Amino acid sequence: MTINDWLCIILLPLITAALAFPLGEFMANVFSGAKTFLTPLVAPVERILYRLLGVDEKEEMSWQTYAFSLVIFNIIGIAALFILQLAQGKLPFNPQKLGAVRWDTALNTAISFVTNTNWQSYSGEQTMSYLTQMLGMTVQNFLSAAVGIAAVVAVIRGFVRKTSRTIGNIWVDLTRSIFYVLLPLAIIWSLLLVSQGVVQTLSGSITAHTPEGSQQIISVGPVASQEAIKEIGTNGGGFFNANSAHPLENPTPVTDFLEILGLLLIPMALPFTFGAMLKNRRQGAAIFAAMMILYLAGLGFFASVEMHGNPLLQKIGVVNGLNMEGKEVRSGIMNSVLFAQSTTTTSCGAVNSMHDSMIPLSGVILLFNMTIGEVIFGGVGVGLIGMLSYAMLTMFLAGLMIGRTPELLGKKLELFEMVMSIIIILSPAILLLALSGIAVSIQAGINASLNNSGPHGLSEIFYAFASTAGNNGSAFAGLNASTIFYNLTTSLAMLIGRFSTIIPALAIAGSLASKKTVPASIATFPTTGLLFVIMLVGVIIVVGALTFFPVFTLGPILEHLLLLTGKTF
Amino acid sequence: MKATKINIWQARFIIPALKDSLKKLNPMLMARNPVMFVVELVTFITTLIVFSDIITGNSFLFNLQISLWLWFTIIFANFSEALAEGQGRAQADSLKKNRSESMARRLLYGGGSEVISALKLKKEDIILLEDGDTIPGDGEVTEGTALIDESAITGESAPVIRESGGDRSGVTGGTMVLSGKIKVRITANPGESFLDQMINMVESAKRQKTPNEKALNILLIALTIVFVVVVVTFKYFADYASVRVALSVLIALLVCLMPTTIGGLLPAIGIAGMDRLLRYNFIAMSGRAVEASGDVDVVLMDKTGTITLGNRMATEFIPADNASDKELINAALLSSLADDTPEGRSIVVLAKEKMGIHGSDIRAPEGASFCPFSAEARMSGIDCGDRTIRKGSLEAIREFVAARGSQISDSVQNIVNDISREGSTPLLVAQNEKVLGAIRLKDILKEGISGRIGKLRQMGIKSVMITGDNPLTAATIAAEAGVDDFVAEAKPSTKLDLIRSYQSKGHLVAMIGDGTNDAPALAQADVAVAMNAGTQAAREAANIVDLDSNPTKLLDIVEIGKQILITRGALTTFSVANDVAKYFAIVPAIFIAQYPQLKVLDIMHLASPGSAVLSAVIFNAIIIPLLIPLALRGVRYKPSGVSALLRRNLLIYGLGGLVLPFIGIKLIDTIISMLRMV
Repeated sequence: MTINDWLCIILLPLITAALAFPLGEFMANVFSGAKTFLTPLVAPVERILYRLLGVDEKEEMSWQTYAFSLVIFNIIGIAALFILQLAQGKLPFNPQKLGAVRWDTALNTAISFVTNTNWQSYSGEQTMSYLTQMLGMTVQNFLSAAVGIAAVVAVIRGFVRKTSRTIGNIWVDLTRSIFYVLLPLAIIWSLLLVSQGVVQTLSGSITAHTPEGSQQIISVGPVASQEAIKEIGTNGGGFFNANSAHPLENPTPVTDFLEILGLLLIPMALPFTFGAMLKNRRQGAAIFAAMMILYLAGLGFFASVEMHGNPLLQKIGVVNGLNMEGKEVRSGIMNSVLFAQSTTTTSCGAVNSMHDSMIPLSGVILLFNMTIGEVIFGGVGVGLIGMLSYAMLTMFLAGLMIGRTPELLGKKLELFEMVMSIIIILSPAILLLALSGIAVSIQAGINASLNNSGPHGLSEIFYAFASTAGNNGSAFAGLNASTIFYNLTTSLAMLIGRFSTIIPALAIAGSLASKKTVPASIATFPTTGLLFVIMLVGVIIVVGALTFFPVFTLGPILEHLLLLTGKTF
Repeated sequence: MKATKINIWQARFIIPALKDSLKKLNPMLMARNPVMFVVELVTFITTLIVFSDIITGNSFLFNLQISLWLWFTIIFANFSEALAEGQGRAQADSLKKNRSESMARRLLYGGGSEVISALKLKKEDIILLEDGDTIPGDGEVTEGTALIDESAITGESAPVIRESGGDRSGVTGGTMVLSGKIKVRITANPGESFLDQMINMVESAKRQKTPNEKALNILLIALTIVFVVVVVTFKYFADYASVRVALSVLIALLVCLMPTTIGGLLPAIGIAGMDRLLRYNFIAMSGRAVEASGDVDVVLMDKTGTITLGNRMATEFIPADNASDKELINAALLSSLADDTPEGRSIVVLAKEKMGIHGSDIRAPEGASFCPFSAEARMSGIDCGDRTIRKGSLEAIREFVAARGSQISDSVQNIVNDISREGSTPLLVAQNEKVLGAIRLKDILKEGISGRIGKLRQMGIKSVMITGDNPLTAATIAAEAGVDDFVAEAKPSTKLDLIRSYQSKGHLVAMIGDGTNDAPALAQADVAVAMNAGTQAAREAANIVDLDSNPTKLLDIVEIGKQILITRGALTTFSVANDVAKYFAIVPAIFIAQYPQLKVLDIMHLASPGSAVLSAVIFNAIIIPLLIPLALRGVRYKPSGVSALLRRNLLIYGLGGLVLPFIGIKLIDTIISMLRMV
């Protein structure tokens, strides 16, 4: 490992955490309605918007109303994006004269962007017009991230409030997410990216003449603006198919660093928001610590596997057997590892290398990050929701083992909370197993789409569903997902993955808000200590391992063992 | 007084329990326990596979063994439940031995009476009881006073007084009238008495699941669903990898992964908790109350009867300036000779001690007449000859001497003030117009009470003492007993208000009471313990009745409540942690023929794929009977820091659950490969 590698691996988490803490505090103020330095600027815009939309800022919603509004909002979003893609051929800002998108791809894409997944079964620059990219994708990149933030803010209120029937106003939460958090950060990031040479233009593709005398058509477009929110909102849908491996999306080491920083920022900040709103900052730090431990442990394992190289390559004389297939030479191994680890843990899904070509054993980490439900920082908002669900499961067991009916932060965890948190944790896992099982056993799942056979093929299929059910959106590549079968099954995975997290979470929020808060006594287990963090991490690992042990064995582990004997796929 | 613990490991319990566990195989009964129901379903399928193997002439020995061990798994689980039920029944039987045989004399409307079987008594019937009668059912004394032997229920040999009207009017079926004649209104239909209710709670078929049990069940069902999906999709993933997995092996994997250990033992844990309550002579009206008792963080206690012995005791004689010690003691003794109140008796005892006389050679002089304590006079005493001796409160004596033209001197007033300031109660003694001095009456703490209160504090439970005394007296007792807080000059409504205010702050409140005026507070409290000797109203408002009428036993309830929860949590953790080893046994075994590279996962180095699968199944089955004693006894609970407690349980049941099956499966594998079972 070079000095640069070490710097990246040490500085990145440090700098991100250092930025995440103040951002977390800031968001806590925003969503508590306190005055912030942006208030003078944004408040007038907010007021006009509320008046236009007929929203009463002071109105509080029950969880049912909150959830219902959220679902309607997303259904409209999916419908609008779907129609936009079908109609793009007749609409302006289409210099490449791209026609209507195929219906199943359009549906898949609409669901994908609204659910903050940004799974792309198409090649962006060759399928979507500028209008679709800007009005459709970029807008949903903001809205889907805002929905995630709104949902988690409502859940936090569930813990904060006592005997309350309401959990906030979704329209206010969405508006504030966009105007106080996402838009300012996206503007900063866009400018930083443009300064490094990321393109931002509305003109059509450029034709270049190469030294050999042939012609090369270079796609360009409004890249930087989409790139910024792609990371900030943990969306991950690239303007180009090659995503952040594309030199016009991610041209320099600085942009690479900025992009990783951007995709980690809000997910890392939210635990601090949680702590600040609870007025229990140690609690926020404890949740953050659990996430960080899992992140660093995965990163360490992942990096050591990749640095260990491929024995087959070593045999044919590659230095240290380092596997550069699928990685950008300008990124090198460590930046690819760092990006891949960050993007799979945060459910962002942007990539700067092809995960398909990593050493097989690395696949275990990437899959684990996604299959446990994207809770290691996780997607904007939903990551913390998932982590809190695991915390509830943990405290259910811990509570029993200290002889108290279980509670978390003074809220009793009863039948309703258990049912809902189990739905959040397990339904994506169940769906992902079921869909992968179907895919590997029917023609449409294998023959038509799969480029690789054997355990690697299984990993590819499993990764596709893990990525969509986890609302990650990154692809393992090697799988042609642009078929009706995969478009529809991954759509289902994305919908369930998203709404089986958000709706039960809002239900929990409603139920918790209505409860009394039991004051802590010496008989209360402190959820801010090391023991809690260790137990939480343990529960996550055990749940993930028990559910996916067979698939991991037959996929990446078997492939790795076969690789050691010289067999590749 | 504890009822004797019943040793369950005797043939007379085990054999019926074994029979019961076969009866419980009935799928209709099994459906109450979803986890074990699924196990039964898939076990049935393996049995069909065995039969089809036999018919088609395939080798069936392996499948037969898998199938048999799966049946054992279910039977072991049923056995644990049946055993716990048997224990509960035996415990209850020992309490109600006498009741069914007795006869009762029922009073008829419009006069007259008839003798009928106790079993035919209905609610609201009035029965007449005399010396030697066994009380046929729970009821309330409506007329008369009687001395009752409650030893059949409580094991306490000293008889107790039960009388109409007061706070001591409740009687329990199975106890006996030693002397006296009382009319008792029956308050429960046959089969509805407290004891019958309790018996219902140890019979699984009638048992209501408690809220926490329901929540845990949901978790277990969810795990079951996940593992069903894992195993079903596993088949297709294996197919994809060109490995055919036998159905029986898939079923074996499923059962091993499912939380059968906790799923099988869960009913037994709940029932055994009820058994333990019975053993401590508690009758719980609902399992919910027992669970909640583990959460209680505030407990309200009456001072009198709970913290202090019911009555004050004389501890000191303080003569006035113009009187001698001897004069005072003599007068106090005389005035108390016929005083049957506990205070009076304590004065006699103290006086005899001070005067150095023992035995009962002190008699009132001839011709003396006693003046018993009355609510109007608020004094008691004796008239003999020209001496009129009275003892009473400051106000009462002031009136008494004023009527004789005298008044309370400053020195006496000072003595009274001093005694009050120290939290005791002064009792003045006057002879004719002269005040001789004061007797100090002091509340005496129950033995060991401060230790128990200290233990409550260790458990994180705040104790609050409630008393009608003045703040000074209350503070003294509170400090002596070591309670965390007290409320003095409490009115009957104070308790209810106090409970509500604690509850509104999120606390769970336990309350111990016996009087009718406690009933509203008992009904409001989260855990309400009524003394069996208390009034019917109190008992009905409570959710736990203490047959011993011993208020300090709250600690035992809290411990039992916590134990039930800890046992559930520990075995759930254990059950889930076990799965890791089972994966490492079964998954490599399935693939090793096709992919010898997966041998690295076979970290136990098991003899053969067949023995690996069978060992995992056997381990999964026999761990259940091995854990039955723990499920019945409950995981030990020691009041200590919660973090220490959790760390300990995580180490034993989490880490232990992770490691133990690796050893167990390897051991079984060694044995069965030696026996050539596979």
